[in-house]
Amino acid sequence: MAILETQQVSVGYNRRLIIQDLSIQIPQGQITTLIGPNGSGKSTLIRTLAHLLKPSSGTVLLADQALATKTPKEMAQEMALLPQVGELTTDLSVFDLVSFGRLPYRQQFRPLSAVDKEKIEWAIERTGLNQFRDRFLSTLSGGQRQRAWIAMALAQDTDILILDEPTTYLDLTHQLEIMLLIQELNQIEGRTIIMALHDLNHAARFSDQLIALKNGQLQASGTVNEVMTRDNLRHIFNIDATLIEHDQRPLILTYDRWSEGE
Amino acid sequence: MNKKFGFSLVISLILLAILMVVSIRYGAAQTTMKTVYHAVFDYHASQLQQAVIHEIRLPRVLGAALIGASLAGSGLIMQELTQNPLADSGLLGINAGAGFMLTISFIVLPKATPQQTAIFALIGAALSACLILAISMAKKTQKTATVVLAGMAISSCLVALSEGLSLMTQLKRDLAFWHFGGVAAITWTQLTQLGPWLIAGLIASLCLAPQLRLLQLGDELVLSLGRKTSVVRLLGFICVIILAGISVALVGSVAFVGLMVPHITRYLVGYDVRKVMPVTLLLGASLVVAADLISRTINPPQEIPFGIMIALIGVPFFIYLARKGASQA
Repeated sequence: MAILETQQVSVGYNRRLIIQDLSIQIPQGQITTLIGPNGSGKSTLIRTLAHLLKPSSGTVLLADQALATKTPKEMAQEMALLPQVGELTTDLSVFDLVSFGRLPYRQQFRPLSAVDKEKIEWAIERTGLNQFRDRFLSTLSGGQRQRAWIAMALAQDTDILILDEPTTYLDLTHQLEIMLLIQELNQIEGRTIIMALHDLNHAARFSDQLIALKNGQLQASGTVNEVMTRDNLRHIFNIDATLIEHDQRPLILTYDRWSEGE
Repeated sequence: MNKKFGFSLVISLILLAILMVVSIRYGAAQTTMKTVYHAVFDYHASQLQQAVIHEIRLPRVLGAALIGASLAGSGLIMQELTQNPLADSGLLGINAGAGFMLTISFIVLPKATPQQTAIFALIGAALSACLILAISMAKKTQKTATVVLAGMAISSCLVALSEGLSLMTQLKRDLAFWHFGGVAAITWTQLTQLGPWLIAGLIASLCLAPQLRLLQLGDELVLSLGRKTSVVRLLGFICVIILAGISVALVGSVAFVGLMVPHITRYLVGYDVRKVMPVTLLLGASLVVAADLISRTINPPQEIPFGIMIALIGVPFFIYLARKGASQA
């Protein structure tokens, strides 16, 4: 069943449309990954799904209800967004950051409730940040910091988790660590995960569904094996990929520029 | 970290208390601690020395403390609102807006009560704030340079207009006084009428501090957490308008306090605005009380405008901190 769905959605900034007439479905309880070159509209789609951008035409449905009818607070209780985050300039401890995840449930100017504290502790524990809970984000490594942001999203206690390039700027050990954590959140807790990734091999290994975009238009969507084909990769990325099979999933061994002569 | 905060809070509280007592005790007229005690707790208006303390120094010192806290607090709020370390109500034209409307009030209502002049100052501060907001919104950017440059342009323009108006109408009041600031003229009447505004603004700033912390996440992330930054921004701007507007109505435009004190405080307690706010208010109060004390004891009975003293004490200290910070980074 589709938990999130776009119907003929067009969206953009200042009248310049980034995405045109896009209809996609995101199945519940699965990992769906958006792939596509830079500027293909992945981030725009993510922000549209999270209701941060309003489509100029078309509708987005969350469990068959139009997003346009929901308040920001209602949205925040149904889905958590982890945007591409920059550096913070202020002192913010891991605990403080994670406690922001409880904002959708709190009244303005009220202290944390017992439930809030429980969820925060759980999120910190879940991301393995217990020993860093009082450390400032600025003193953590890139991987630890990214886990702290994920913990904030977890504290939001939502069935849907949307992540925009969660592994950017991380080395490969930390990339793997984050991907495995996301996989666990899906497999053990049954959360629906939607993310944008640049690493196609990670996308192939960890996703159930792939949605490929180029120039704001849908190029391909379906299971990993359906989407990750030599032909599709040529159309989407203009590359000539050498694909092998590993664990019954496609794996890009190497790739080269596509030249017309071949 | 909490230790550092507690220590800074206690030290700045003690510093302010000592400075205020010393400031009431010393001045052009010779007084003793005993007279100070009587003037405060057992006041007889017939005693000249007690009257000097009670009628001149007390309102002046209390006013200096309130204004120092207000200027520092409004500077900190501006820095958080614009996420811009260079922001300050002076730099962004809010003081100039208040000053401009004050000039107009001197012209059209020469016999205005403190309340009336304050309302003019508030309107001026609010107009400037709206102008700055409109510029940063139109550009769809909160970029440091754009906002600061716009503020400086508005500021110079309004100062020029105020000067022009006062020249054209041959305004009796010396406008230089408004530019450098002085707490000498603060009376009990002004303080009882305008003090409550400042106290309310200061309390509101303290309550707002935890909310200001959210702004660093960026508007979009805050929205995805189900909140709108516009509410916090609006409340923040109201605090700034009250604190800066009323301060300008009382002592004129005082530069540097709002820019400098939050940075000094951050050096002491770190970058968490919940901790920075209370210490900033206390240090701001201490700085202005100290500046006023020096400005009237250095060459009595002549007084130097305390704005000049602030620049004189504050700026070298600020440069020292900036250099120290730079070498650590």
